[in-house]
Amino acid sequence: MSISVTLSINGKSVTRDCPANTTLVELLREKLHLTGTHVGCDTSQCGTCTVHMNGRAIKACTILAVQCDGAEVTTIEGLGSADNLHPMQEAFRECHGLQCGFCTPGMIMSAVDLVNREENLDERVIREGLEGNICRCTGYHNIVRAVETAANRMRN
Amino acid sequence: MTEKSIGKSVLRREDMRFITGKGQYTDDINLRGQAYGYFVRSPYAHADIGEVDISVATDMPGVIAVLTGQALAADEVGSLPCGWMIHSKDGSEMKQPPHPVMAAARVNYVGEPVALVVADSYMEAKNAAEVVAVDYSERDPVVAPGDARSAPAIYEDVPENTCYQWELGDREATESAIAAAAHVTSYELTNNRLIPNAMEPRAAIADFNAATEDLTLYTTSQNPHLVRLILTAFIQLAPEHRLRVIAPDVGGGFGSKIFVYSEETALAWASMKLGIAIKWTAERSESFLADAHGRDHVTTAQLAMDEQGRFLGLKVKTTANMGAYLSTFASSVPTYLYGTLLAGQYKTPNIYVEVDAVFTNTAPVDAYRGAGRPEATFLLERIVELAARETGRDPVELRRINLIQPGDFPYQTPVALEYDIGDYEASLNRALEMAEYDTFAERKAASEAKGHLRGIGFSCYIEACGLAPSQVAGQLGAGVGLWESGEVRVNPTGSVTVLTGTHSHGQGHETTFAQLVASRFGIPVDDVEVVHGDTGKLDFGLGTYGSRSLAVGGSALAKAADKVVEKGRLIAAHLLDTDAGNIDFDDGEYRVKDSNQSRTFQEIAFAAYVPHDYPLEDLEPGLAEKAFYDPGNFTYPAGTHICEVEIDPETGVVAIDRFTAVDDFGNIINPMIVEGQVHGGIAQGIGQALLETCVYDETGQLQTGSYMDYCMPRADDLPDFSVGLTNTPCTHNPVGAKGCGEAGAIGSPPAVINAITDAVGVRDIPMPATPEKIWRAIQEVRA
Repeated sequence: MSISVTLSINGKSVTRDCPANTTLVELLREKLHLTGTHVGCDTSQCGTCTVHMNGRAIKACTILAVQCDGAEVTTIEGLGSADNLHPMQEAFRECHGLQCGFCTPGMIMSAVDLVNREENLDERVIREGLEGNICRCTGYHNIVRAVETAANRMRN
Repeated sequence: MTEKSIGKSVLRREDMRFITGKGQYTDDINLRGQAYGYFVRSPYAHADIGEVDISVATDMPGVIAVLTGQALAADEVGSLPCGWMIHSKDGSEMKQPPHPVMAAARVNYVGEPVALVVADSYMEAKNAAEVVAVDYSERDPVVAPGDARSAPAIYEDVPENTCYQWELGDREATESAIAAAAHVTSYELTNNRLIPNAMEPRAAIADFNAATEDLTLYTTSQNPHLVRLILTAFIQLAPEHRLRVIAPDVGGGFGSKIFVYSEETALAWASMKLGIAIKWTAERSESFLADAHGRDHVTTAQLAMDEQGRFLGLKVKTTANMGAYLSTFASSVPTYLYGTLLAGQYKTPNIYVEVDAVFTNTAPVDAYRGAGRPEATFLLERIVELAARETGRDPVELRRINLIQPGDFPYQTPVALEYDIGDYEASLNRALEMAEYDTFAERKAASEAKGHLRGIGFSCYIEACGLAPSQVAGQLGAGVGLWESGEVRVNPTGSVTVLTGTHSHGQGHETTFAQLVASRFGIPVDDVEVVHGDTGKLDFGLGTYGSRSLAVGGSALAKAADKVVEKGRLIAAHLLDTDAGNIDFDDGEYRVKDSNQSRTFQEIAFAAYVPHDYPLEDLEPGLAEKAFYDPGNFTYPAGTHICEVEIDPETGVVAIDRFTAVDDFGNIINPMIVEGQVHGGIAQGIGQALLETCVYDETGQLQTGSYMDYCMPRADDLPDFSVGLTNTPCTHNPVGAKGCGEAGAIGSPPAVINAITDAVGVRDIPMPATPEKIWRAIQEVRA
């Protein structure tokens, strides 16, 4: 059974018919070709599929597309562009907060949400706040630096 | 404009696509009309396959074909080969049972592919796979490596489940040294089995073009040319010139994407058979079951010392688990990448190592970050620590008096390797300083005052990287050469396209190699483009593993660049009407000695492609050069890692208070990238020491088959790292580089365990040292 879903993705209204069991990440990747949002596990643990829904970070593998009807969704493609990077994207590059890049979109989306909702960010808060996103390459050291750097810029 | 960027932390050019979601990983690629594959996998560790009933599945909606292992056998698709022949101590060849691409008659581990369902959509393929009815008759499995030799044989022609019994070193001399020693330290250990877990699951798309009979395979590989070679020469799926293998952006590998696996092979076969493009992407559960695992050694060792604490001999006996089949390089890991490293940084005169490699009904085990060298380092740095404690010596001083000194190079170890250069004490001293070892006692007292335990642990590691030379490797059983190729194409406008046979899947080659070549030409880094990962673009290459890319692949590029410079010199000599010997090249300019007459690199490039004024009778037009580089020796990165922990005795939870790594990687092109490699390696090493382990139950079912059960290091499990460098440039490659990719994972585990056991006051805590194990150890000490 297909259901019509209308939602805002990166500021544009999108309507698609999709089977009821389609997850948001399937809609993004397979129907809308927004392949910056990745799938790294099947237990909602790795966080590579993290996007923003109505301003908060969610794991797009664990929500049905139909549950997003009427929602505003932002993916990594909508966060910033090469000409106009979001401070978090810029900081990840400057601080070498990525290597293979696979976890990076989800990590950046989580980090933006973390900075938006946590007033008192220190290393411990950042590390605990990113606990839902696994990176196998960086050892997180430079990711923490990137989030600190971006948080300062986002607030000043 | 000229630029020397060697040694500068140039920001990575590949990052822009990754931070904006524009990276192109295999699963991001969709071909018009592609079908989807899903594998039916064995639910049993060991079983005979009876009838495979595909009738219901074949009639399911969207199903194009259900292809079984039996169909694959009928098509005579070859066995997956192992690329390194090991000989046992009696001279016999290792046992290499056939490794079918999909099982036809018997399954030997949980997750082994049995059939491939091809359908219009992924869900339709997956749904149909559920109803492929395989009639299994279960057999008793062999699971633990320690049980393998006494268990019933998995393969009729492999008695005692033993693949080989290998040895290295002088047994008699080592045993004599041990017998005559003032002190002998014994140690038994298990090096825990790990699952690599690159964040991008493996994936492939096979696309057979019936019109041209070309097969294109997109795959998550660290070495696409090796995939092509194996699929053509060994499995004989398609002729090499009709097969193009593309490894686009690859989301981490850590060894697990070196190997040629069942899935991409079956997909290629199916694509040719059905004449359609087929895509498969592993679910994470499949990665856990069917990616090659790492480590899994059981070892006993004895270290002998004289009265002054000088090491006299080391004897090691290891059982290494190969899993159910020999993966692509499995046999080399516990032998030439392990036994040869047992001298470490020390002048131990007598070493003898025996390795029994055994088959079990578990997933194949192969190289994982460090591959053999972490196992050697863990054994050595733990037994040295124990020796210090048993004889009441400072663990730093015991190491120090045994170190190979700068004047000893080249140093021939008793286990085959000849170290070319190093200054181990310099790294040790720098690490002690950075870790503030001199004030450790104060910190320990402060921890004790609040009821906590504090400990410090050391690890002085060495590794052999840049696998080399081909002739030696061939004598030792390697099935491939170990050189690397590179091509430097100067375009008519003076920009440069660099092609390398190595592959970048996080290491930043697009930046580092551009820096290397740009510096040789004296041109901006942005004028150099690096191309890799496509057999259609570069003739051949051996890929990325064993921290080889800069030391071997970079050296090939340096050679090619130097050839370009020399050809340019001939062109410049013609244009400037002088002899080539009279032309200097520096900073992007060819200049006549002692004159102001010069031509820029760009002008020379233009002249090479628009040869209106050109020595055509002596020189071909164009400015592009290839080079193959076959190293003269391994490289030997080495360093000291120091871990300092604080433990809450009420919970057994470890906090890593500080982690210091000082490494000698030779010359560094991009320090930012090198530090990042060290960070990531340390994280994987700490993961092994504290968190990660692969568990099969006694029936061979994988108990750690998801991120709910296999404990990956997360941001809040790890500390910041303190990283320093020393430098003794590699003596035998033109870059002077040694390799930095694996050091972190090699050096760190023993430092962590030495620190924890120091804090708790116990001899040993097996990896992973979980809070429960530590808490129990604390209770025993207190009892």
